[in-house]
Amino acid sequence: MLFFESIRLALNTIRAQKLKSFFTLLGVCIGVMFLIAVVSIVEGMGRYMEQDLIGKLIGVNSFELRHRPNINMGDVDPSVWESYRRRPRLYHDDVTPVVEALPEGTRWAIVSDNNLPVSSRYSGGPRNAQISAIEGEFFAIRKFVVAEGREFTPQELAMGTPVVIVGPDIVKRLFPGLNAIGRELRMGGLPYTVVGVLETQGSAFGLSFDNQVFAPWQSPVHRLLNRVPSIIDAVIVQVPTASQMTEAQERVRQVMRTRHKLRPGQPDNFSLQTSESALAFWNKLKRYLVLAGIALPAIGLVVGAIVIMNIMLVAVAERTREIGIRKALGARRVDILSQFLIEAATLSTVGAAVGIALGVGLAKVIAAISPLPATVAPWSIVVGVALGAGVGIISGVYPASRASMLDPIAALRQE
Amino acid sequence: MSQSTEAEVGTSTTAERQAVTSQPGVTPSRDWVIVTRGIKREYDMGGEIVRALRGVDIAIRRNEYVAIMGPSGSGKSTLMNLVGCLDTPTAGEYWLNGNLVSSMKDDELARIRNKEIGFVFQTFNLLPRATALHNVELPLVYAGMSAKQRRETAAYALERVQLTSRMHHKPNELSGGQRQRVAIARALVNSPSILLADEPTGNLDSATSQEIMKVFEELAEQGQTVIMVTHEADIAAHARRVVALHDGQVSSDTRRERFVRENEQVIAAKQ
Repeated sequence: MLFFESIRLALNTIRAQKLKSFFTLLGVCIGVMFLIAVVSIVEGMGRYMEQDLIGKLIGVNSFELRHRPNINMGDVDPSVWESYRRRPRLYHDDVTPVVEALPEGTRWAIVSDNNLPVSSRYSGGPRNAQISAIEGEFFAIRKFVVAEGREFTPQELAMGTPVVIVGPDIVKRLFPGLNAIGRELRMGGLPYTVVGVLETQGSAFGLSFDNQVFAPWQSPVHRLLNRVPSIIDAVIVQVPTASQMTEAQERVRQVMRTRHKLRPGQPDNFSLQTSESALAFWNKLKRYLVLAGIALPAIGLVVGAIVIMNIMLVAVAERTREIGIRKALGARRVDILSQFLIEAATLSTVGAAVGIALGVGLAKVIAAISPLPATVAPWSIVVGVALGAGVGIISGVYPASRASMLDPIAALRQE
Repeated sequence: MSQSTEAEVGTSTTAERQAVTSQPGVTPSRDWVIVTRGIKREYDMGGEIVRALRGVDIAIRRNEYVAIMGPSGSGKSTLMNLVGCLDTPTAGEYWLNGNLVSSMKDDELARIRNKEIGFVFQTFNLLPRATALHNVELPLVYAGMSAKQRRETAAYALERVQLTSRMHHKPNELSGGQRQRVAIARALVNSPSILLADEPTGNLDSATSQEIMKVFEELAEQGQTVIMVTHEADIAAHARRVVALHDGQVSSDTRRERFVRENEQVIAAKQ
């Protein structure tokens, strides 16, 4: 009951002295606000990276055989780039041996892509788009859904029929106001018939995933994508469960090492890229960002703690007589100590609560006006409240212990 | 002698008091609320030893109404702090309600103050931001009583001093006499062994002083042990027994009748 009494007293003090309380709590408030905002943005980016960006680029339980990784985040040594450049490319001939080596139930696809102009007679000049030549179960692995029209038939894929499936942005740009299905677009001077339109995929950091055109690899389009037409960019493999990843990767590695005539001990001259390997750098970066997100607000919290300590020292001095009265009426040292500790903790927890509200608001504002996503992490709110109470208790210890040590006679004598 | 051992309620004789104060180390019998045996209090004021009390023997029986009188510098404040368990003596024994208080530590003293002593101060010493009811509840908070019971007990204490209607007022909304009655209610709320008043009328006009003295009189009649520290003879004359201090020693310890007789002129001049 002394507990609630002390909380009530502290809240009364805040209400009675609004301006003073505002300045007292400013440090803790700002510290917690930035903590919440920074952590929210880092969390938001993390979730985005893991679920949207990399998930869309690579897909679940899957890996990509490439001559070098195409997602490089962070520093790559110039010498590493040089070695990447000297690696042999993958050719369409590699696909059959790789696919034959895969375990039962595994999905596969091949893809080559490039950024090239696309045009149609329903709109003005050519537009650049991401053009991919595919084979295998590409849409199933990437979880791309055809919203209108249909997917490619096995015959179209095998024969290389000039048909395409396009993203919604292509429809908007090349077929404004029209139904794209059955109409023609042109790539490299050749006509292709639109047979399907994909569901929208959204964008990441301003990059649209909807400005895409897919065609069967065997169609003439593959000649536009690489210097040597038989080059492919990647073989995508998806295993049914995560536990089969290692085995599938090992089998592909053996096939490729044999085909590239590598001796034991020589390093692989191709890459098996997983969503995890692409995320490795991000995870490293995220650790630093979270550390910075905690270290910078810590300065605000230290300042806040000093201010609160000061205010509590003033409060103890102002209320010496009250302390004397309480002691005369039977308050023990621990009663006085806890009263002032709780008061300090309440003060700074209120500051932290305001900081949390402002931090959440700040994160939302940043998310609204910039491409940075933000997700408020529940743990950061818990940490914010705990920090608030902790800062209050730590900064309250010295003033409270001074109050508890006061001699009741001297305290009562004070005016 | 044999007649006086048949203790009349609220009185004690000189012989009885001498008997109980002259037995160091012996726990006084239950009817003695306060027994001091040669208590001394010395302060070190920058190397100079100030001897505020130089061996005081006082015995107060349950239900007595005693005034402690003396001019400033006589040591009455020091004695009051010791009797009120706010301080401990440098030497000597102090027994309060069968507890040897003189050897207690801080937290034990706090518990004794909470249970055994009800303070009434000259300056009232109410918490300015709390209501009358809340002020009266305060000792019960430290006694660990539940909120509901606390409220009931405090409300009853305020009823005893006829302040039920002012229960929810803050001290600055009350008159001096009302404030002192709140303080008395607060002092009584824990049913203490002694009501210890330090110049209870010092900040009040004479009419209000008489009103407060009437409250004390009623409490004493109801069986409350009252100890009042004062330097005013007319106020001391309300008590049934007056202990006079001079230079840190008891100079006289008399019944009211004799005190009034000896100080007739002083008291008359005041009234």
